[in-house]
Amino acid sequence: MSARGANEGAAPRGANGGPAGWEAVIGLEIHAQLRTRSKAFCGCEVRFGGEANTRCCPVCLGLPGALPVLNRRAVELALRVGLALGCRVVERSVMARKNYFYPDLPKGYQITQYEAPLCEGGEVPFLLDGEERRLRLTRIHLEEDAGKSLHAGGETRVDLNRAGVPLIEIVTEPELASPAAAHAFLVALRRLLVWLAVCDGNMEEGSLRCDANVSLRLAGETGLGVKTELKNLNSFRGVEQALAFEIDRQERRLAAGEPVAPETRLWDAARREARPMRGKETVQDYRYFPEPDLPPLAVDAAWREAVRAGLPELPDARRRRLQAEHGLTVDEAELLTADRDLADYYEAAAAGGDGALAAHWVAGEILRLRKETGGFPVPPAVLGGLLARVGEGAVSHTAAKAVLERLAAEGGEPDAWIARLGLARLDDAAVLAGIVDGVLAAHPAELARYRGGRTKLFRFFVGRVMQETGGRADPRLVDRLLRERLDG
Amino acid sequence: MLESLTLGEALAGIERGDFSADEVTAALDARIDSLDPHLNAYVHRAPAGAGAAAGIAPAGGPLCGLPFTLKDNMNLRGTPTGCASRILASYESPYDCTAAARLLAAGGRYLGKTNMDEFGMGSSNEYSAHGPVRNPWDLARAPGGSSGGAAAAVAADLALFALGSDTGGSIRQPAALCGVVGAKPTYGRVSRYGLVAFASSLDQIGPLAKDVADAARVLELIMGPDPRDATSLDAPVPRLLAAARKSARGLRVGLPEGLAVLGLDDAVAAAWEAAAAALAAQGAERVAVSLPRLRHATAAYYLLATAEASSNLARYDGVRYGLRAAGAADLDALYRRSRAEGFGPEVRRRIMLGTFALSRGYYEEYYLRAQKLRTLLARDFDQAWERCDCLLLPTTPGPAFRLGERLDDPLAMYLGDVFTLPVNLAGLPAVSVPTAVHAGLPLGMQVVGRPLDEVTVFRAAAALERAFPFRETRRRAVAAALDAGDAP
Repeated sequence: MSARGANEGAAPRGANGGPAGWEAVIGLEIHAQLRTRSKAFCGCEVRFGGEANTRCCPVCLGLPGALPVLNRRAVELALRVGLALGCRVVERSVMARKNYFYPDLPKGYQITQYEAPLCEGGEVPFLLDGEERRLRLTRIHLEEDAGKSLHAGGETRVDLNRAGVPLIEIVTEPELASPAAAHAFLVALRRLLVWLAVCDGNMEEGSLRCDANVSLRLAGETGLGVKTELKNLNSFRGVEQALAFEIDRQERRLAAGEPVAPETRLWDAARREARPMRGKETVQDYRYFPEPDLPPLAVDAAWREAVRAGLPELPDARRRRLQAEHGLTVDEAELLTADRDLADYYEAAAAGGDGALAAHWVAGEILRLRKETGGFPVPPAVLGGLLARVGEGAVSHTAAKAVLERLAAEGGEPDAWIARLGLARLDDAAVLAGIVDGVLAAHPAELARYRGGRTKLFRFFVGRVMQETGGRADPRLVDRLLRERLDG
Repeated sequence: MLESLTLGEALAGIERGDFSADEVTAALDARIDSLDPHLNAYVHRAPAGAGAAAGIAPAGGPLCGLPFTLKDNMNLRGTPTGCASRILASYESPYDCTAAARLLAAGGRYLGKTNMDEFGMGSSNEYSAHGPVRNPWDLARAPGGSSGGAAAAVAADLALFALGSDTGGSIRQPAALCGVVGAKPTYGRVSRYGLVAFASSLDQIGPLAKDVADAARVLELIMGPDPRDATSLDAPVPRLLAAARKSARGLRVGLPEGLAVLGLDDAVAAAWEAAAAALAAQGAERVAVSLPRLRHATAAYYLLATAEASSNLARYDGVRYGLRAAGAADLDALYRRSRAEGFGPEVRRRIMLGTFALSRGYYEEYYLRAQKLRTLLARDFDQAWERCDCLLLPTTPGPAFRLGERLDDPLAMYLGDVFTLPVNLAGLPAVSVPTAVHAGLPLGMQVVGRPLDEVTVFRAAAALERAFPFRETRRRAVAAALDAGDAP
């Protein structure tokens, strides 16, 4: 693709939001490690870390004569994803060999799928700025992971604990238009994979990895420009930053009339730049062919439908249901469906009560406690009970927060803590009137200024009353009593 | 003369109490000591005195402690598995191949590993890091290959029976050229787990034996599904020994037309006619059949087998085990030099041929076309089965050739497999039986059957054996050759 400067300005915005007429076309490839107990083609345990080369056998070491046998659980997990995303499941998909030499690839080939992948098509729903979007998928296929090369002190050592760990590769259509959209898509995809218990979604441990490709074209064109591939994107933020960098780079070149080279670039997160990968100038020929050690992978309707029947309600559907059933906003419902445990917690806490109130509390206090403790220290029914008291006006919000702290730290029942802490709402007008009168008597200067027109001091008196009552005073009653005395 | 017993005779003798399995093994050991220096059939031997005393050979089981040999491409824990290659010269198996494990479980005792063409690639046993095997009928001639050591050992009474592997005729061709029985079962009948792969979609393990009944006994022991081999067939093990005792009456024996064009010695043509007549004399019916794609089989075979081999042999890269070239400056040099030093010329040739066949731009032209031919060839056989129950055809176009005669003419070597490799392409069961002697050299006929119909194959093979008793002929010829070869 060459720059066509004459058309510049035909569109209102550039690829990164600038003034030029370029638009970005982004596609993603996501590798997700499947949460199986054993590897894709042998019985070795799948676990992160540990002593190198201790979870290996003749099969995953690629010893002469060893043969792979496909892990059915891995197929099932891949099917869960495919069915959840509306893919076509291929009845007889084919395992293939991808041939290349590398020290951490023990057989000299990777077992993957090429011409007939397990799943085709499908789409991932996601939210971008609160708006519902969808990205179409090209395919989802099964493959095995390679080992790890550890470079240190001029030496390279190989750890094959990861060799043969099952992965799915999810390939999207090149239909994302911005780095922000790529980020939003990845967040939604990760949520879904974790939601389905298919992948732990841990990017630090490499359970989820993403490569991106991007090209530019003039706005309004339908053909595709020359794309570059971006690798070494170690976080979703990295994907977004690398794409922005690369779009900017391509745009400058094209604007200057220089071509974009079709190449692979490595993202350097520290330097915030993507540099061409050395030694990848020549196009690799992987010499794919059907894996003769494995028969075609047959997924009949019975197996497929059994997997489908085991799917949970999906996050997207659940978000919409929460919006509808509890009157939540898109943002609230999206936050509460960030993961299944949270959504389950919310629904249990909100059951039979005020959904909006529960949403407020779960999104605030409960998420904070989860961050601090790593879990849900207050059972959802207990929270529901506390919120019922709040709803009845039996305790104030401030008091309820104090009760929640005790519930989280020591357990127990809301009513018992309310009583023990003396936090029940003070709504006895006679008692409260005495306190109000006391406050006014104690602040004659302020009272004089109020009467002189400084009506903003009303909040001051409210605050004093609240302080005197430890936050327990019924705010509406305080309001009325104060007004009677100040304005009456 | 315990070394000259068949397996059937040895089992009967042990049952009668005439002698022990250890005595049989000792007799074989003594004969190997004295004669193998002339034949070079063994590349590894079990330590002397190992066996029952050492606790590795259970006395019971159907094999009663009698010894077997493995080809050098079969893993057995604690033994070298070198595939007659420099690249695996130092390699010792950490695990057992399923077929060997089944023989051990049946009370068999490991005697040694036999010489072969490197990684099974060859038809003369000359491409071996251990040097060529000599044909016990004429020490100046090749025993055939690639299971040349196994065939020579059985023919010269240096083994009771042997396991070989057959990718394009590697059991049947040397069996025919050495005057013994060789059986290749239906693809998937015997687990390939632990058999070092040459061409995964073609490789099968089978026995080389002194008579058809012995081959039947051994095959019954090693057949059957194996969860470690995804291509092994889930089919009940047929009763082959019983089949070998049945008459050939009523069998429709197909005789392929047009074999002469493919190159057929007059003597072989005459032996073929005699074999057909002998079956007819026992009540079988002769049926002319046509296999029009047979003439394309050699080309298809050498594309598919080498394509798979190029991938299967990628793991020998000097990184994890086997030969590693010294002093390589970088990774690429390590690969190149280790593989150049480790592989012999025929293996290198086939890796290059196979790499080419899978390369981008040639894949469709070569690999895919060969696959299509394979499908069409299988269809030819299917059509033949509508008219006959088994096929009879020569195992080889001619008798054993002189050592060195075809070394510089790989094409001539390849064309010598013209009658055996179509059987592998179609995955069919076949047994080669010695039926004639021409100019002091044995000739073999093979019976080929429908998929999974080993029963009919063994029935017809046994009928051929009854018509052409061969044991005394072989014994005299081998004794004469070994005398002439300055043997005791």
